[in-house]
Amino acid sequence: MNIKILGAFAAVALLAACSNTETPTPTPSAPVTAGPVPGSQEDLVANVGDRVFYDFDKSALKPDGKATLDRQAAWLAKWAQNNVQVAGNADERGTEEYNLALGQRRANAARDYLVAKGVSSGRITTISYGKDRPVALGSNEQAWAQNRNAITSVR
Amino acid sequence: MTNEAGETMSNFIKPPSTQRLIGRRGLVAGTAGILAAPAIIPGAAHAQAPAAPNSAVIDVNRARTDPIPVAIPNLVGSGGDADRLGRDISGVITNNLVRSGLFRPIDPAAFIGGAANAGDVPNFQNWKAIGAQALVTGKVESQGGDKVRVEFRLWDVLPQQQIQGTAYTTTQSNWRRIAHIISDVIYERLLGEKGYFDTRVVYIAGSGPRDRRVKRLAIMDQDGENNRFLTDGGFLALTPRFHPTRDQIAFMSYVNDKPRVYLFDLGTGRQQMLGNFPGMTLSPRFSPDGNSVIMAQTNSGGSDIMLVGLNGGGARRLTDSGAIDVSPCFSPDGTQIAFNSDRGGDQQLYVMNADGSGVKRISYGRGRYATPVWSPRGDLIAFTRIGETFAIGVMRPDGSGERILSESFYCEGPTFAPNGRVIMFWRETPARDNRGNGFSARLVSIDITGFNERAVSTPTDASDPAWSPLLQ
Repeated sequence: MNIKILGAFAAVALLAACSNTETPTPTPSAPVTAGPVPGSQEDLVANVGDRVFYDFDKSALKPDGKATLDRQAAWLAKWAQNNVQVAGNADERGTEEYNLALGQRRANAARDYLVAKGVSSGRITTISYGKDRPVALGSNEQAWAQNRNAITSVR
Repeated sequence: MTNEAGETMSNFIKPPSTQRLIGRRGLVAGTAGILAAPAIIPGAAHAQAPAAPNSAVIDVNRARTDPIPVAIPNLVGSGGDADRLGRDISGVITNNLVRSGLFRPIDPAAFIGGAANAGDVPNFQNWKAIGAQALVTGKVESQGGDKVRVEFRLWDVLPQQQIQGTAYTTTQSNWRRIAHIISDVIYERLLGEKGYFDTRVVYIAGSGPRDRRVKRLAIMDQDGENNRFLTDGGFLALTPRFHPTRDQIAFMSYVNDKPRVYLFDLGTGRQQMLGNFPGMTLSPRFSPDGNSVIMAQTNSGGSDIMLVGLNGGGARRLTDSGAIDVSPCFSPDGTQIAFNSDRGGDQQLYVMNADGSGVKRISYGRGRYATPVWSPRGDLIAFTRIGETFAIGVMRPDGSGERILSESFYCEGPTFAPNGRVIMFWRETPARDNRGNGFSARLVSIDITGFNERAVSTPTDASDPAWSPLLQ
């Protein structure tokens, strides 16, 4: 019984993912007075998700990160004029030079996933800031988790 | 120079001509004279003579447990500016010797009979009475215009001998260099090893909120004086390192959002991208002969160690592990390279031959290891160890004899003084809240045995220190 229910949930999740990648849901036409402009950086942040997160000292994409990148790939297919930069970042619990290389590896992992999902590699640049551009300013595990990321931005 | 690099020129602060860097050779060439000991001392100590009984001349190991008591009265001025210079020079010498931890300058309040007249034979009994084993005397004479003559003598109090006497003729504005040069002479004559006071430190000055941190290239004397900023903060600057002989720095710059290794000329303020690589280049260090830079270049899965010739020598890939290979550093004889790699699963230290062959892991302690830096003496590799806390330590080049010198929430990036006796690194204090308040980064120096840890004062937050060679 439990297994069946689990299976049902899994199927739903897969369908949702498929519908995102293959037939992007048209962005609901927002009222002119509110909400980000479709196709803008704000749209990416609010309705797609501009960043993926990594485990400590890792650059492997996690399931939720892949789901975010699936949505980004679909969004980039829809907004074909948009080029993006993927910036890789690291938390403060590593040495500077290694973290620069680690951030680049994270940016590359996200870029490679987007390319595999059909985004032209010519539309994506990458950069690493190591630990020099943290988004969370604290010195605790919660902040560090937020700072182990790759952030996509419209260029 | 490319247009891209050319556009960035205006971002650099040109060194004001009044702060032009002057080589030691130019400073003292033909003007440093050896002063004979005053004639009345029979058998005045010759430079290489064995130390007399009760001599102030000892070695570094003894000085660590028993710092040499030294009296440094103000150099006697010929009046006016020369008086002030005499006091200032003595002050800088005193500060240098105190900070080394190997000398114990005696409080001038204890001096009997005030400053000794330079050139005169000191009244040794008066200096012996207050416990001085070494005595520094000297005088400053104005020679018209901006020229001054600085004379100094170093005395061994108990055997009653002159150890050194030297006079320097220079311009007043060079007074700090003269004080550092004299400090180095004192260090060398009393401890039998080269000093490190006539040196500079290049570092990264940090300011502003953590998420928009401004990081500027900066340089100062090793004692924190003469600080100046070399870039204006319009782009991130990271990891500067000195050329072994030229007034040149290799560093990493984010100019035009292209993080690459650049060369920065200290004399002109000009900077130039090193090579033309498709990916990020980082972690540069000069080879000991100064003819090339060893650095890392990122690729799809990590980074490789590259050797790049400075005179059109081309680039050569030394590692190709598919992992992150970074932070390479030559041994002082140029035959080996230490670096940092996660090829074994996490960051560890490796050593290989200069051609990339014979890679061997050397770190086997608890935790991850990073930033290997070879001592100029060749006998130690300093590193950062990463665990629950961060630590600065040293080990032999074969990985044996690991010693931790300092441990805290965060510290990183050791750099050796040119005599290999002192390490500088930086330490960060954690943010105490989620707005980043309380975060700071500061420079620290420590003796390689782990004693005499001291803050190095900088006008802003500071990181990424790199010690210069002794100035030429």
